[in-house]
Amino acid sequence: MTATDITHESIVERLSAQFPGKILSHDEPFGLLSLNVPREDVIDIIKWLKEDAAFQFIFMTDLCGVHFPEQSGQELGVIYHLHSLVHNVRLRLRTFFPANDPVVPTATTVFKAANWMERETFDFFGIRFIGHPDLRRILNVDDMDYHPLLKQYPLEDGTRTDKDDKYFGR
Amino acid sequence: MAVKLVEGPEGHTGQGFFATSFDKAIGLARANSIWPLPFATSCCGIEFMATMGAHYDLARFGSERLSFSPRQADLLMVMGTIAKKMGPVLKQVYLQMAEPRWVLSVGACASSGGIFDTYSVLQGIDKVIPVDVYVPGCPPTPEAIIDGVMKIQELIKNESLRRRNSDEYQQLLNSYGIE
Repeated sequence: MTATDITHESIVERLSAQFPGKILSHDEPFGLLSLNVPREDVIDIIKWLKEDAAFQFIFMTDLCGVHFPEQSGQELGVIYHLHSLVHNVRLRLRTFFPANDPVVPTATTVFKAANWMERETFDFFGIRFIGHPDLRRILNVDDMDYHPLLKQYPLEDGTRTDKDDKYFGR
Repeated sequence: MAVKLVEGPEGHTGQGFFATSFDKAIGLARANSIWPLPFATSCCGIEFMATMGAHYDLARFGSERLSFSPRQADLLMVMGTIAKKMGPVLKQVYLQMAEPRWVLSVGACASSGGIFDTYSVLQGIDKVIPVDVYVPGCPPTPEAIIDGVMKIQELIKNESLRRRNSDEYQQLLNSYGIE
């Protein structure tokens, strides 16, 4: 398979053949192929994409969390961005799960680069990565007692004293 | 070119003698030889660089000798956003300074958190250390920073030599958890 053969269709086709029923849906916002996959299989899929001789998605660009409180039962998600440096093809994997069960297998077994990105995702969203070698906060203060990017928490700091609403016409 | 010197303190002058109080003489000496410690974390620090440069020249006030060690510094100049994670570092630097010490909070972020009303930013350095003078602005101009330093000079000139031993001062430090 040459570089020109790596189309979005071929990726979806081969993934569906390799992991039947595991590619829940796919779309292409802004031309970026995005696949929704179950969390139980996401690491297997990443590993296969990395090790496949034709695709060679050998670079993890990013890993992050998302929180959509209105998606009942699918509130939290982890997004993986992969890049085939060999063919210059990018790919996004999404996996969603309920907020009361924020557990995902770690991707550090496939990409060492996932280590700090998973710590950041844990720090901000409270998503626990099973099998992570050192899952603790990375950016926020160690004694913070909540995960600030979850949308039930206000963005503003509660200790602010100089913001009186009457000065801002509210 | 005329060299401008500071005015002498009030006192009694006679033939061959001049008498004044220690408070005034020492205050005068301290006020005109402040060693600042720049704690610059963001854009206010850039304004501070201009303040130290030839055009504005803080050396005119006896403060050309920056102390990058807190041990020898008199004035802690905090310039920029202090994240909550930086708070303990700032406090440590303050604790390492010897008495008498003063703190100048430069800019909106150091004084109140500024536009960063958010979970990760300390909402004013006076949450962790006592502050003597606040300079408003985002960022303040070098003139404003110089004005702040001159306000500090006024405080130093008029400070009682016993202030640092007073109960009020001890209570102030205790309120920040400093023994």
